[in-house]
This record gives sequence, structure tokens and C-alpha cells, in this order.
Amino acid sequence: MDFKLTEEQEMIKKSAREFAETVIAPKVAAMEETDEMPEEILKGLGEYGFLGLTIPTEYGGNGLGHVARMIVLEEIGRVSAAVAMTLQVLALGIEPIVQFGTEEQKNKYLPGLAKGELFSTVAVTEASGGSDPTAAQTRAHKEGDEWVINGRKVFITNAHLADVATVFARTADEPKPSFSCFLLEKGMEGFRPGRKEHKVGFKGCDTGDLIMENCRVPESQMLGKEGDGLKIALKAISEVGRPGMTGCALGILAASLEAAVKFANERILYGKPISKLQAIQFKIANMYTDLEAARLLAWRAAALKDRGERCDVEMAMAKVFSSEAAVRAANAAVEIHGGYGCMMEYPTQRYLRDASLLAPSAGTSDIMRIVIARAALG
Amino acid sequence: MGPFKIVVCVKAVPDPKKGSPSFDPVTKTVRRAAQDLVMNLLDRHAVEEALRIRGGFGGKVTVVSMGPPEAMPVLKESLALGVDRAVLLSDRAFAGADTLATSKTLALGIRKLGQFDLVLAGSESSDGATGQVGPQLAEILGIPFVPKAVKIELYNGAKPGPSSIDHTECGEGVFAMVTGEVECGLREYRVRLPALFTVSRKINEPKGVTMMGILGSRGKEVEVLGAADIGASPGEVGAKGSPTLIRAVEGPPPGRQGEIISGDPDEAVRALVEKLRAKGVLV
Ligand SMILES: Cc1cc2nc3c(=O)[nH]c(=O)nc-3n(C[C@H](O)[C@H](O)[C@H](O)COP(=O)(O)OP(=O)(O)OC[C@H]3O[C@@H](n4cnc5c(N)ncnc54)[C@H](O)[C@@H]3O)c2cc1C
Ligand SMILES: Cc1cc2nc3c(=O)[nH]c(=O)nc-3n(C[C@H](O)[C@H](O)[C@H](O)COP(=O)(O)OP(=O)(O)OC[C@H]3O[C@@H](n4cnc5c(N)ncnc54)[C@H](O)[C@@H]3O)c2cc1C
Repeated sequence: MDFKLTEEQEMIKKSAREFAETVIAPKVAAMEETDEMPEEILKGLGEYGFLGLTIPTEYGGNGLGHVARMIVLEEIGRVSAAVAMTLQVLALGIEPIVQFGTEEQKNKYLPGLAKGELFSTVAVTEASGGSDPTAAQTRAHKEGDEWVINGRKVFITNAHLADVATVFARTADEPKPSFSCFLLEKGMEGFRPGRKEHKVGFKGCDTGDLIMENCRVPESQMLGKEGDGLKIALKAISEVGRPGMTGCALGILAASLEAAVKFANERILYGKPISKLQAIQFKIANMYTDLEAARLLAWRAAALKDRGERCDVEMAMAKVFSSEAAVRAANAAVEIHGGYGCMMEYPTQRYLRDASLLAPSAGTSDIMRIVIARAALG
Repeated sequence: MGPFKIVVCVKAVPDPKKGSPSFDPVTKTVRRAAQDLVMNLLDRHAVEEALRIRGGFGGKVTVVSMGPPEAMPVLKESLALGVDRAVLLSDRAFAGADTLATSKTLALGIRKLGQFDLVLAGSESSDGATGQVGPQLAEILGIPFVPKAVKIELYNGAKPGPSSIDHTECGEGVFAMVTGEVECGLREYRVRLPALFTVSRKINEPKGVTMMGILGSRGKEVEVLGAADIGASPGEVGAKGSPTLIRAVEGPPPGRQGEIISGDPDEAVRALVEKLRAKGVLV
């Protein structure tokens, strides 16, 4: 058992840190202001190869895998959770095509997705409740050789950015409800992004509706087989969407700890830095321990995925632990900063706002505990 | 003629972003092993330039560094940036080298690698910062030298050039048009290769290590050569081969003092001019 990053992983970390600090950091203030994702960042994600981590080399990716992805997401999330979130859902959009796409679908989309010429997402959630995807009201029915899709998805990351979306729809009610996934492209007739959400955090990361109004697609746009929809969506969400949220959480944890340490060493009270006060030290000790524990859960789950082993429970544990730890850490960082922690000039308020978005995305903490309890109870 | 061969000298230096380096009070040398080493910033520009030249001109790029085993990640990084070969000159006997011993060691290493057409280096390191290694190395290798290049263009044989210079007199072989910084402007040189140029940071915008580069460098090993491998005799390298003795390392004296001259603007200006005269700045 060796918990050290390999030389190659260290290099991946360094590359991502450099990208985050030189390309992303100067844009964070503008993203907070405008809630827009700058072009240069999207372009850079492609140029550095961060979009190709989970795409095999035969389809234009670099296939460095899921541990590499976790390292990259932490480094990017440390500077901007909004960019990490955008990037994480781009990989979520890629996964169903990698896992279930036909040779033709893979060749059509993956090389462009790896380079950043195309962007993607997965659209499952509807107003009827994200925790219960089987309540989805979006329907697809067959007319001749075509599928006709109608419905509305909500809270979809990259809704306006995505060139191709894996859309989850009901394709039968009897004998029991059954679902299928379709690859819908930006610009297809009857398919368009709708409302754009105003979130408390992840400023710059696009979240919104996707609307299907008599959107007609040929059979070749179906992903996997008819009736495989639930399996396709849940596999991508549990094996890529949840670790993606974990990566964002690690970034917020690391950033909160760094900010807290810096402030505690600089803030002088009673003639000495507040880092000499035990109450402050204990908060920092907890943040540090949470970060290390979250990393170990995250890396182990990602390593299982890289080896092609079952990892849904480990992914759920890492997700619920890291997202709750990130809220604790961001909150502690705000507290350690005193009044300054609530001022917009300090990044700690952003960490706390961003951390609050971790739990609902890709399955709530309650849903994670259901997955974990099921495994524990057998 | 074989493939065009470019050698880039790369120094592993303490990360300048992590504050000033720590010095060993006894040996007066930087405690390299104690800190994370990174590629000297200007050397990244030199590597970028070598890769750019290779892109247009073809050939092979080899990175050479003299340093402790802790410099290894820096050489791996150069492989991930896309160089063809990385060589670390590492031996206890090389320790404590001044610029002369460093240049001699690099020269022995470069000769050992065989024929070369172009050597690139940074114009100075961020730690030692003497700027002596480039010119000394060119002298030892017996090749022309241009400092602080901001632009390098290569020509093969009598090809028309970018300026009014008649290149036909160059005859056969590869030569370079190099623009280098001088005190008060730029100077353009025509140089027959092989030659050594140091680069200025203005020469290009270095790209970072990409995931594709990391994948591409998988399986590529850094070659490590010791004193015996490059045929260095003990007296000419390391501390023994170094005529320079550093007596003390000191930070710059603190205490720059500002003075605010307040009051009526005209009078303040007059007072300022008086002060500058008194200091001999204005005559
Ligand atoms: C920033 C952000 C980005 C998102 N991106 C996407 C995206 O790209 N694609 C996509 O499809 N969706 C996306 N979502 C939607 C997300 O997956 C859902 O918000 C999430 O699944 C919860 O669904 P809901 O909001 O409808 O809450 P509900 O499902 O209505 O849950 C309400 C509450 O009930 C609890 N609950 C539900 N079931 C149980 C149970 N069995 N036992 C105990 N408690 C339970 C929940 O934990 C929660 O507290 C995103 C959400 C956010 C916030
Ligand atoms: C604070 C300090 C002061 C020093 N002062 C002196 C001094 O006054 N006189 C003296 O002789 N030595 C001095 N040294 C030692 C000197 O740093 C080393 O000899 C070093 O190996 C080369 O000198 P430099 O760093 O100044 O290189 P520079 O000449 O500034 O470096 C220019 C370029 O040469 C190449 N290069 C330099 N070193 C290497 C290497 N090891 N491997 C590959 N390429 C390399 C790189 O391309 C680099 O960009 C000093 C060191 C320190 C840390």
C-alpha cells in the first residue's frame, strides 16, 4: 500500500496548478461579477488535455484516467470551484458516450470533446424530483424511423454551453416505466436551452433548463439500447458525477485551509498571531484532517474506477464526506477571519457559497447515505 | 549531415515563488535538496524555443542539466514538454561548482553526446544569476555566442533572408539570424552554426506541461551521467575545479527611506531639484 503520488501524478498536479494559477486565477473576480465562463478558460481546458482525461487514446483523448482527474479537479477547484464544476460535468457528459456509445457515436463526438471543440452534459433532473429519476416526465415516442421527444430538464450544468447532451426520457409506461437516453445536439429543431439559474455560488458555471418540443431524432441518436436509460444515467452519475463533486470539494477544502492558515498567522491579537490560540489551532487541525481523509477516500474510489472495479459505494462515501467536510472547512475559514470572513474582498465567503452547492449536485447527502447503508446492511 | 541537433542547458533552481532560497552557512551554497526544485524560468523559454525550431526545421532536442538527483523531476518535466532526450550530469564530484566548473562539466557532457548544431541556455539563473555560464560554455566549446536572443531564425544554405543582408556569401551549411538585446536596443547577428545563444524572456511565451505531453513522455527515461562517464578529471570539476570562493552571502541592506516633501507645489519642486542636485543626480 503506497499513498504517495507517482512522479507522473505529481507532474499532472503541477500542470493543473500552473493552469489554475496563471489562466483561471486572474479571471475569478470577473466570473463572480458577470456569472460568465471566459473563453480563454474553456480553450485552456482543451489545450492542457483536461477534457481528454477520461477519453481513451483511440478516440483522441489521453486516457490518464480517474485518479488523474481527481488530482486535476482539486487543483482547479482550489482556485475556482465554478471552473472545476464546469469541467467535472463535461466529463460526466463524456462518460455515457465512452461507456455505451456505438463506434459511430464515439467517433462522431469523442475527438471533438477531447479537444474542447465540443462540450457536453447529462440531463436527468426534472421538476418532478432529482432524487427520483423514475418520476421523469420527459417522454420519447416513436413515429416511423424517428423518436419524438417532449419535456423539460432543470438544473442542468452546461445547459447553454453543451453542443451534445445525453438526455434521459421515458420511452414506455407498460408493463412498467422504462427509460432511454438520447444524444441531442445544440441546434436540433425542437431542442433548446431555456432559463438560466442564478445560484448562490459556482459563479461562472452555467446551470439551466433544457427544453424538448417535438424534437425529432433518428434511431442513431439513441444511446445504448431502448430501456437502458436508467442504467446509463446512474452509472455515469455515480462513477463520474459524484467523484467530480468530490474533486470540487477537495479544492474548496484545500483553499479554505490555506486561507485560514495564512490569516491565522498574520492576524495579531493580544500581541501575537491568533494561530497561537488553541481554539484556532483546533479548527485548523480539523480542516487539515478532513482534507486528508477526503483525499484518501477520493483517491481510493478513483483507483477502483481506473481498475474497472465496482466503486459506487466508495464514490458515495467520498462524495458525502468531502462535500460535508468542505462546508465545515469553509465555515471554519469564515469564522477564523472574524468580520473579514464575511467581506467580499476575502475569498472565504465564496468558498462557503460554493461549498453549499456540493451536496445537492449529483445526488444529495441523503441519497449517498442510502447507497452506503444498503451496502453496509447487505 | 545527420538530423539537426539542439542542446538546451537547463538548471534546476529553488522555486522563486516559495520565497528566497536558504543558504548553507558553511558552504555558502544554496540548499538545493531542501527545497522543491523547478526549471529556471528562462530555461523554460530556451526549451520552448528549441521545440519551436524543431517544429519548423526538424531535428532532435536534448536537455542537459548538471545537478543533484533532486533535479530529476525537472528533467522529466522537459520530457513532458516534448524534448527528445534528457541527460542529468550528476556526481558528488560535481558538487560546489562555480560558473567555470559548471561550464566545463556542461561542455564535457555536451561533447559526450556527440555532434550538435545549436546550444541554447537561459541568459541567467534565478538563484546564482551570474549570467556567466552561457558565454563560458561557448568559449570552452569554441563556438560563436550571442547573448539575450529575442528572435532566432535558421537558414539552410544560401536562402534569401529577412533583412537586406546578402546571405549568398554564407555559402553552404546552416546559419542563424539572431536578434539579441543590448544595453540600449537590439542588435541583429548572422551566425554560422554550431553556435550558442542565451535567450531573453521576450523570445516567446512558454507553454505549460499538457496531459498529452505527460502521456507522450511515458517510458522515456532520464539518462544520468557521472564524472567518469563524461571523462572529467577530478581537478577540473566541482569545488576542486572552482577558482571562485564565495566568502559571504548577504541579503540587500534594508532601509530604503522615502521622504515626502509637502507644501506649495512650486516650492516642493524647487526643494526636490535642490536635493537631486546635492546628490549629484542633476548637474
Ligand atoms: C449546481 C447544480 C448542478 C446540477 N447539475 C445537474 C446536471 O448537470 N444534470 C442533472 O441531471 N441534474 C443536475 N442537478 C440536479 C441535482 O442532481 C438534483 O438537484 C438532485 O438530484 C436533487 O434533486 P432535487 O433538487 O429535485 O431535490 P429532491 O429530490 O426533491 O430532494 C429534496 C430533499 O429530499 C431528500 N430526499 C429525497 N429522497 C430521499 C430519501 N429517499 N430519503 C431521505 N431523503 C430523501 C433530499 O436529500 C433532499 O433533501 C444539479 C443541481 C445543482 C444544485
Ligand atoms: C547566490 C549565489 C551566488 C553565486 N555567486 C557566484 C559567483 O559569484 N561566481 C561563481 O563562479 N559562482 C557563483 N555561484 C555558483 C553558481 O550559481 C553555480 O556555479 C551555478 O552552477 C552556475 O551559475 P549561475 O547559476 O550563476 O548560472 P547563470 O550563468 O546565471 O545561468 C545561465 C544559464 O546557464 C545554464 N546553466 C547554469 N547552471 C546550469 C547547470 N547546473 N546545468 C545546466 N545548465 C546550467 C542555464 O541555461 C542558465 O539559464 C553562486 C551561487 C549562488 C546561489
